Amino acid sequence: MKSTSRLGAWVAIAIGTLYFLLPLIATFEFSLKMNRDGYSFEAYKVVLADPGFQATFGYSTLMAVLTIIVGILLVVPTAYWIQLKLPRLRPLVEFITLLPLVIPAIVIVFGYLKLYNSSSWLPLTGNERATDLLLMCSYVTLALPYLYRSVDAGLRAIDVRTLTEAAESLGASWPSILLQVIFPNVKSAILSGAFLTFAVVIGEFTMASLLGRPAFGPYLQLIGSNRAYEPSALAIIAFMVTWAAMGLIQVFARNARPARKTA
Amino acid sequence: MAYLTINNLHKRFDDHVVVHDFNMHIEQGEFVTFLGPSGCGKTTVLRMIAGFETPTSGRICVGGEDITQQAAQKRGIGMVFQSYALFPNMNVTQNIGFGLKMRKCPADDIKRKVAEVIKLVELSGKENHYPHELSGGQRQRVALARALVVEPRILLLDEPLSALDARIRKNLREQIRDIQRRLGLTTIFVTHDQEEALTMSDRIFVMNQGRVEQEGRAEIVYTEPATEFVARFMGNYNLLGAADTQRLLGLNINGHLAIRPESIHVLDGHSQQDGTLAGTIRQHQLLGNIIRYQIESAGITLQVDRLNRTASDLMPAGTEVRLQISRDDMREVR
Ligand SMILES: Nc1ncnc2c1ncn2[C@@H]1O[C@H](COP(=O)(O)OP(=O)(O)OP(=O)(O)O)[C@@H](O)[C@H]1O
Ligand SMILES: [Mg+2]
Repeated sequence: MKSTSRLGAWVAIAIGTLYFLLPLIATFEFSLKMNRDGYSFEAYKVVLADPGFQATFGYSTLMAVLTIIVGILLVVPTAYWIQLKLPRLRPLVEFITLLPLVIPAIVIVFGYLKLYNSSSWLPLTGNERATDLLLMCSYVTLALPYLYRSVDAGLRAIDVRTLTEAAESLGASWPSILLQVIFPNVKSAILSGAFLTFAVVIGEFTMASLLGRPAFGPYLQLIGSNRAYEPSALAIIAFMVTWAAMGLIQVFARNARPARKTA
Repeated sequence: MAYLTINNLHKRFDDHVVVHDFNMHIEQGEFVTFLGPSGCGKTTVLRMIAGFETPTSGRICVGGEDITQQAAQKRGIGMVFQSYALFPNMNVTQNIGFGLKMRKCPADDIKRKVAEVIKLVELSGKENHYPHELSGGQRQRVALARALVVEPRILLLDEPLSALDARIRKNLREQIRDIQRRLGLTTIFVTHDQEEALTMSDRIFVMNQGRVEQEGRAEIVYTEPATEFVARFMGNYNLLGAADTQRLLGLNINGHLAIRPESIHVLDGHSQQDGTLAGTIRQHQLLGNIIRYQIESAGITLQVDRLNRTASDLMPAGTEVRLQISRDDMREVR
């Protein structure tokens, strides 16, 4: 009984692994065949040397970093305050932060275009910097579910209320409490949220494309429809970046000192 | 005028009244205890004094200054929590120095004061340990040091010892009391352990359902309970209702009669002394230096304590005895 169920589990894992790995291996193998005479990294050289790649990747990285900063500044104090003073609102806030997963990005973008077009009261789509701002804000929206969930989980792992009160009774101001007591104790949770956000923003296509910004997602799409080998190389690179982000989440999750409620 | 005065304090959560008309006056340097069962509002009163909870009505004054609406940060009232509440990201030195840093104390002063208080709570050698590397007793001493080092006007301790095991608890409570005396610190200590309250306090406030049931010096509260509740809570009183009192002793009272188990004397069953009651031993319980008997008399079971001197003193169940209770040892309570 036991051995058959274990066998079943291994078969399921094997099928799952193949399902994920086969296309990846095939893509990788194909990306190496740019030169007729055997395997080479020629496609990668071409891609990495392309100024378009450098520009769009740099742009998306910058956007991701800004998104993370703004997202943290928005989410950490909010989640903290909800947990401390308004626990009854938590289900509502959780629901709101999940909305971006339910509402397709394209709907959100059309909403933006309608609200902020050049003849509206706040014409954010009028010039490039303003559109960048709008894009960044929409990325923050997209990142909300990931960021809020991980920060909230991190806050739940420490006794927020008592730590806050202990700091208060020692005369700490609110900024000091947030920066010196709360932030350091949810650092690893914030970081894992941040890397998830990074992975999401780097590959995002819909919003960047519809707002007409030179991001990595639209670039991937452009190359994909015009070239043969380079898109495979790009796909592998994008995968590596995402995986690096995931790997870093693991590293930080493991290095986090065991946060104990009673400590 | 007393140092800390609390007048007509009320606290309501939604429609649930948790603290009723709480009044209290504490002198500077006094050590008082809030004693009461779980849920009677001890923590809530303490949190209102600390400024973590706003009273529904009433006034709290320290040194003649009304602090009822003041922010917790500004009150200069130290608090030690049952769960220690040490900052997990800081080591012992940083935890203790936190309050001084918040007060913008110069670094040299912080260093000196932290070193002093570490010596005071006997934590030398643990300066660079993090909270998760310390035992419960050590953590609580860090928490105590952290509250002491900023020289609070009042120190509040909310069941600081209840998460610790018996031996450490005893040790630490002596240490707390000793430090409190040395620093002359006005202190409120919360507990639901009557022994702890009796051994530590100058004065005890026995609380029940959000009210002060009785307040007074420790020995008074113990020997002269004012109400049935206090008699029950301070431990082991025999409490007789009016009907039982009439039947057993032929006395007419209102309320209850409280008799301590050690004030009932057990005489030989053949004793002919006047004013004694016939009784039968039902069972006994060995409590170390005393033996507690359940003795039935006129259908009423009384608890009676006797010193446990030699093994041959033990009276088996079924033994017929006579009981003698002095009128002075009977207390009428509400
Ligand atoms: N924030 C709150 N909201 C609603 N009710 C509360 C709140 N805090 C406390 N209470 C209620 O107030 C009552 C008194 O609570 P409190 O914590 O003061 O009791 P306590 O005497 O400290 O008990 P314990 O010995 O268990 O710590 C309890 O019935 C509790 O449910
Ligand atoms: Mg309590």
